[in-house]
Amino acid sequence: MRPHPHGGEDAKKHEKAAVLMLKTRVIPCLDVKDGRVVKGVQFVDLIDAGDPVEAAIAYDAAGADELCFLDITASHEDRGILLDVVTRTAEACFMPLTVGGGVRSVDDIRTLLTAGADKVSINTAAVNDRRFVARAAEKFGEQCIVVAIDAKRVSGEGEPPRWEIFTHGGRKLTGIDAVDYAREVVSLGAGELLLTSMDRDGTKAGFDIMLTRAIADAVSVPVIASGGVGTLDHLVEGVRDGHASAVLAASIFHFGTYTIPQAKLHMAAAGLPMRLDGIGDAA
Amino acid sequence: MSASVAIIDYGSGNLHSAEKAFARAARDSGADCSIFVTSDPEVVRKADRVVLPGVGAFADCRAGLHAVAGMPEALNEAVIEAGRPFLGICVGMQLMADRGLEYGETPGFGWIGGDVVRIEPADPALKVPHMGWNTLDVARPHAVLQGIPTGPDGLHAYFVHSYHLKTSDKAQCVATTDYAGAVTALVARDNMAGTQFHPEKSQTLGLRLIANFLRWTP
Repeated sequence: MRPHPHGGEDAKKHEKAAVLMLKTRVIPCLDVKDGRVVKGVQFVDLIDAGDPVEAAIAYDAAGADELCFLDITASHEDRGILLDVVTRTAEACFMPLTVGGGVRSVDDIRTLLTAGADKVSINTAAVNDRRFVARAAEKFGEQCIVVAIDAKRVSGEGEPPRWEIFTHGGRKLTGIDAVDYAREVVSLGAGELLLTSMDRDGTKAGFDIMLTRAIADAVSVPVIASGGVGTLDHLVEGVRDGHASAVLAASIFHFGTYTIPQAKLHMAAAGLPMRLDGIGDAA
Repeated sequence: MSASVAIIDYGSGNLHSAEKAFARAARDSGADCSIFVTSDPEVVRKADRVVLPGVGAFADCRAGLHAVAGMPEALNEAVIEAGRPFLGICVGMQLMADRGLEYGETPGFGWIGGDVVRIEPADPALKVPHMGWNTLDVARPHAVLQGIPTGPDGLHAYFVHSYHLKTSDKAQCVATTDYAGAVTALVARDNMAGTQFHPEKSQTLGLRLIANFLRWTP
């Protein structure tokens, strides 16, 4: 027997049999606007809390498994600033970096990868043109194409749950079924899905577990759960109950509510396989 | 004299972070070397150490390498004829195999016996790509792993791949990881080594492995 990838009771039962396990990833996400972190990062004594590179270095040292930059710069012309941030981060952090926000073309992807991103996340452009996912995957390989899915529940209480895709930061309903869409983009070459519940985003009420599980069980690629994390138990639930391969959170880390080591140790105590390199001493 | 390390640029992905990781590992370990990202076969031919990275599909990478005039020959000269230390990374490691079976059948360098085949975890709940951090199970000691804690409580390496090199000669498989079945993590023979994982993205383990490679005298 081997430990179950989603941890929980199954994992605990087989803990002794655990040999080598792929670890659940904890991914802090930084919203970047005009080269600055939106709202700032307050969890460590940074000289410049608004510098994404400094924040990235701090998260790297804290044991984050990957980093995610979401560029919310309004104007496409200001991309140069973001590219500089990506380059400087890749020079200082030897860990995987995903960059998303405003990615519209194969050239946009190439530019980000060349600057130092390892994976690029596509959102609205994939909704508008599904073949864009295929073109991107063929060009750069599935392993670096992440499709970001913003989903919102559209079924009422008591009805079978159904979610649809939203674009434009959750303002625009598309009428596309989220589970069908997830399957489709994976069949076209998405190597990973970044799934955000628009109902939960910013609420601190926890992930939408039914949504996360519906998508994670429907596709063969890893799913990153996002939107709604308020407590460390929420992180556990996203993986154990939602079947996500990774959890992404922003504010609980940025505002110092919890540290990365606290999150990882809590998840490990719940029976999830975690990478604790260098942070085990903090237990 | 400072030793030269050539990281071969053949249009496969970003080599900036690889370059920076090698420079950092050299600095941290006090290795006296100059790191060059190059698409010039002459630089590769004369390099003291050669690194072949690679991301994407096997056939694409091989085509990309062969599209650089003189590069396959320069690589062969440096690694096979002159016996200089070589490190393949990810698809750069997979290219060392006899054949790749991703999108049809593509010949590799034939340096390491075996084929590059899709990972098929025994547990269907496991996702492919195998993406994330895992520890290493070492079959035999190797200089590039010196001083690196391995096994279940060891340091972690970062993997992102759907295919792996299934070696026909067990002796050439130095380390594996587990994903409901053994997945080849490190291959080696003579003056050549190759990692399926990304040392340039593997934090402490990665920088130590690169530092070991820079000191390696096979």
